[in-house]
Amino acid sequence: MAAEGELPIHPMDQFIVKPLFGEGAVHWYTPTNATLWLALAVLAVAALMILGTRRRAIVPSRSQSVAELIYGFIHNMVEEVTGHEGVKYFPYVMTLFLFVLFANLLGLIPMSFSTTSQIATTVVLALLVFLGVTLLGLARKGVGFLSMFWVTSAPLALRPVLAVIEIISYFIRPVSHSVRLAGALMAGHAVLKVFAGFAAVTLISPLALGAMVGIYALEALVAVVQAYVFTILTCVYLKDAVGDAHH
Amino acid sequence: MEGELALLGKYIGAGLAAFGLGGAGIGVGNIAGNFLAGALRNPSAAASQTATLFVGIAFAEALGIFSFLIALLLMFAV
Repeated sequence: MAAEGELPIHPMDQFIVKPLFGEGAVHWYTPTNATLWLALAVLAVAALMILGTRRRAIVPSRSQSVAELIYGFIHNMVEEVTGHEGVKYFPYVMTLFLFVLFANLLGLIPMSFSTTSQIATTVVLALLVFLGVTLLGLARKGVGFLSMFWVTSAPLALRPVLAVIEIISYFIRPVSHSVRLAGALMAGHAVLKVFAGFAAVTLISPLALGAMVGIYALEALVAVVQAYVFTILTCVYLKDAVGDAHH
Repeated sequence: MEGELALLGKYIGAGLAAFGLGGAGIGVGNIAGNFLAGALRNPSAAASQTATLFVGIAFAEALGIFSFLIALLLMFAV
């Protein structure tokens, strides 16, 4: 039933995972638009970091200085948040940041597929961080890792209650870690499509087009900020596993 | 009739769950506003605290995300 005032654009259609070749069911091995854009994100990261730093000039070229800037930025962040011990795990944090950043930014290209708006993509990233941090903490500190649930600075009577809360908040981490990224990206892209639908109405189309430019700029900002937030939370979680046990 | 009633409840519930995100908005605005107030008083200390700012925002936002999750579950999983 197509009502009179119904919008011609469906804002959630852009998130459907489709097979790249032909029609049919999507199996785990089917090349889809999601796999295509995930691969493109990896290619873009490789192009920036390998090709950009290939010449290693003293006076850096444009792409080399971008690569160096990102490297220095993330290195600083890891050292600042996790301390000296955490720098060992810098390569993983750097990989995460670059991948999320490029997946976010590639999703902004018109007609592209934003892979990080799929919860499936971000859950894998967040679960890897969660499992990695837990195993690393247990390996480095042994049973002492569990002392982070036993808040010694609180009165004795409160400690069991706090322990339950701490354990719940520990296991809820991968949920908020992944849904934040996927939700922010999905909401932004859906808003863009909704305004694209408004642009089809002649009366308000100039207004809607102007709003789209503004929202697109906001989305570019969100793409970078969400990649940054994802990375800094990884660093905060990593600190529990490798940092000093004074909390 | 019963199925339509369940659908009605599902959509109303999802809409109500989305209210929780307003709380996250208040929390994030509070953190950012207080950070700005502090940063204007002591601008030299502001740069070293941006990481803390983003971590605080992320934790405040996490609670809003849970209600967003409830809304999503009601819409697509229940």
